[in-house]
Amino acid sequence: MRTDQCLLKMEGISKTFPGVKALDQVDLEIHRGEVLALVGENGAGKSTLMKILGGIHSRDSGTIAFEGRPADLRDPAHARRLGISIIHQELNVMENLDVAENIFVGDEIRTALVFVDRKAQVGRTRELLSSVGLDVDPRALMKDLSLASRQMVEIAKSLSMNAKLIIMDEPTSSLTERETERLFRIVREVCARGIGVIYISHRLEEIFELADRVTVLRDGRTVGTKELSECTKETLIAMMVGREIDELYPKTEGRIGNEALRVEKVSTASLLREVSFAVREGEVLGFAGLVGAGRTELAKVVFGLDRKSGGDIYLAGKKVSIGSPWEAIRLGIGYVPEDRKREGLVLGMAVRGNISLSVLERLKRYLFVSGRKEKELAEDSILRLRIKAQSASQAVKFLSGGNQQKVVLAKGLATTPKVLILDEPTRGVDVGAKKEIHSIIDALAKTGMAIIVISSELPEILGISDRIVVMRNGRIKGELRREEATQVKVLELAFR
Amino acid sequence: MAVSSSVKRVYSSSVFGVAVILATMCAVMAVLTNKFLTETNIVSVVRQFSFISIMAIGQCMVIITGGIDLSVGSVFAFSSVISAMSLAAGAPLAASLLVGAACGMAFGLVNGILITRVKLPPFISTLGIMSVARGLSYAVTSGFPVNIKSADYAFLGQGQIAGVPVPVLLLVALAAIASAFLGRTVLGRRIYALGGNEEAARVSGVDIDRVKVIVYVLCGALAAIAGIATASRLGVAQSTAGMGYELDSIAAVIIGGASVKGGTGTISGTIIGASIMGVLRNALVLLSVSAYWQQAIIGFVIILAVSMDQLRNMAKA
Repeated sequence: MRTDQCLLKMEGISKTFPGVKALDQVDLEIHRGEVLALVGENGAGKSTLMKILGGIHSRDSGTIAFEGRPADLRDPAHARRLGISIIHQELNVMENLDVAENIFVGDEIRTALVFVDRKAQVGRTRELLSSVGLDVDPRALMKDLSLASRQMVEIAKSLSMNAKLIIMDEPTSSLTERETERLFRIVREVCARGIGVIYISHRLEEIFELADRVTVLRDGRTVGTKELSECTKETLIAMMVGREIDELYPKTEGRIGNEALRVEKVSTASLLREVSFAVREGEVLGFAGLVGAGRTELAKVVFGLDRKSGGDIYLAGKKVSIGSPWEAIRLGIGYVPEDRKREGLVLGMAVRGNISLSVLERLKRYLFVSGRKEKELAEDSILRLRIKAQSASQAVKFLSGGNQQKVVLAKGLATTPKVLILDEPTRGVDVGAKKEIHSIIDALAKTGMAIIVISSELPEILGISDRIVVMRNGRIKGELRREEATQVKVLELAFR
Repeated sequence: MAVSSSVKRVYSSSVFGVAVILATMCAVMAVLTNKFLTETNIVSVVRQFSFISIMAIGQCMVIITGGIDLSVGSVFAFSSVISAMSLAAGAPLAASLLVGAACGMAFGLVNGILITRVKLPPFISTLGIMSVARGLSYAVTSGFPVNIKSADYAFLGQGQIAGVPVPVLLLVALAAIASAFLGRTVLGRRIYALGGNEEAARVSGVDIDRVKVIVYVLCGALAAIAGIATASRLGVAQSTAGMGYELDSIAAVIIGGASVKGGTGTISGTIIGASIMGVLRNALVLLSVSAYWQQAIIGFVIILAVSMDQLRNMAKA
């Protein structure tokens, strides 16, 4: 701690979203001029907490004091006025505007009320950039800058708004090592001026290099805050694990048969590096790892949505080439995507229309799609997966998250796949629906289906999988049998 | 219960609102002037809007996919002059009709390929083709009208079967086919799905590009049919024909309850939308409204019709 002055103190912060308690009595304190790292598994509550700080979400209870005064943080503008600035992982920059315009957008320096004083903006930008040690022309277009430079422009922008607290969410996830070093140097300079930085990252090594203290969140609660000089990676991981298992997974033993899908040395241009694995009939293979580790990318390659740059895929021992989702479906692969609203459902369409979408050809009678066959399929799925809908003709946008998820699952199952890939099958669904989806997965495996489950929830992965593969940075870092897998072992493989 | 729910369904269907507007307009006109509800007037109004309606069927499919086709007016003209020229050059009737339709499909294919392969936004691609097709129409005719001397050819636009003008019969047939195609075939269902959520349709195994190309080809074909029928009606094909029709066809689809965002829209709504504009034009003529004012009033009615639909949807939500 460089100074002992408290900058921000959050106490007993709670926040509930429909069906989920995101934050439960969280405490967090940061001093002027310090870097506080915030760590936790996916879904531990980091983002929600930061959104409350940024005025994007309002808290249900708890107190926030900023510079010793109570702060309400009603809306983003208010948070900004107080001097809280958030640099998001996905930068919100206007690519076709130049650096100076990006820094002053919304708060332009004007001459005579209506005209932008370009000269003053450019001059001021030059000062700001040199103060963060960034050698970039203020008139360069944002889109011509590297990601690291864009990050630093964002920091400069925070400084221009007289930020006293800067929150950085995974700033290094797409930076090279050299760029990361540059960023760290600037973060340290910023801190030297008495500004506090909350640094969210999955990269434990970086945290040890940069931060003074670390606060660990788990399941929406504060596990503890430590001086980094007093702890090791192992202590941090130990603090992160131990998420409560709030329901029993009805995993039953099934018969595991022949190899259904084998992936050999698959790479993509962007992320995946020589990924190999196999899954057998009747087996549930879990994929663990952090967000961005490459699990979804892998699923998309297998399903023909993305191109691979190398490697082979075998189905039941036969090499196949999968160039598109319809080829994948024809070969017997089903895919339930992670983002049901974006990739899973046509929200305005009825339940039946969504479920039948992948199998319309099969429902044909002469020229037309048979309404009767479609209705049968939909009603059968509604019964089988216990989808709560008024009728098969209800638009899916009116269903709850859990039931929407079941509709996506029903659509995937309608193609009668031999290999089913489920990407975050229980994200954003309530506990009851979650349990039902787990028992459906279990029952499907019993029928001899090979199932791949990608999940960022450790208890879920541990509960339903026969075997767990852990990915990191586009590579497979290890494989654990059900008997030997523990949360600590998975996390140790998933974190660096 | 069953009755009230079916009443509700009729009320909340997007076609209901525009049908009421059309009926009101007709009722008001019947009161205002005794020239409106005469057989000759009705037949001429219906025949008039049947050409735009045929074109709007294609536009409707394009808009359901979330796209737009600005080239239909020019394709309308180009297809009709090529068809008339091939007839004048001695081609048999069927061949001249097919050549015209093929022109429309060819331009649709070009649009489809530009949109799916080159990834041009539909607005840009069809804006370009709009200019290309218009320019080619001028070039091949040197700007002169092409007269149609074949009585058989003229039958398509001028003839009557059992007292009903042939273009109206053509519209009814095409609308029935298109309606069944969109609502009940695999391809039609995929058109709605991809308009509703392109990414979800792709993940569900729909060949997005193929569906889009087919839709633009169909739209081009329908624009060509409308163009040929119009030339046949007038007895002459003109390179200047169909100017501004792209906007009329888009207006018909939107008045008919489709969303420019894609995913929704019906053929019946589209045809009611086209009739609203047809009746309005006719009304303004019958009421001796100055031609200068007509344009402004039509624009106003388009905004009014779509706004009412929007407000109704907001009230429902």
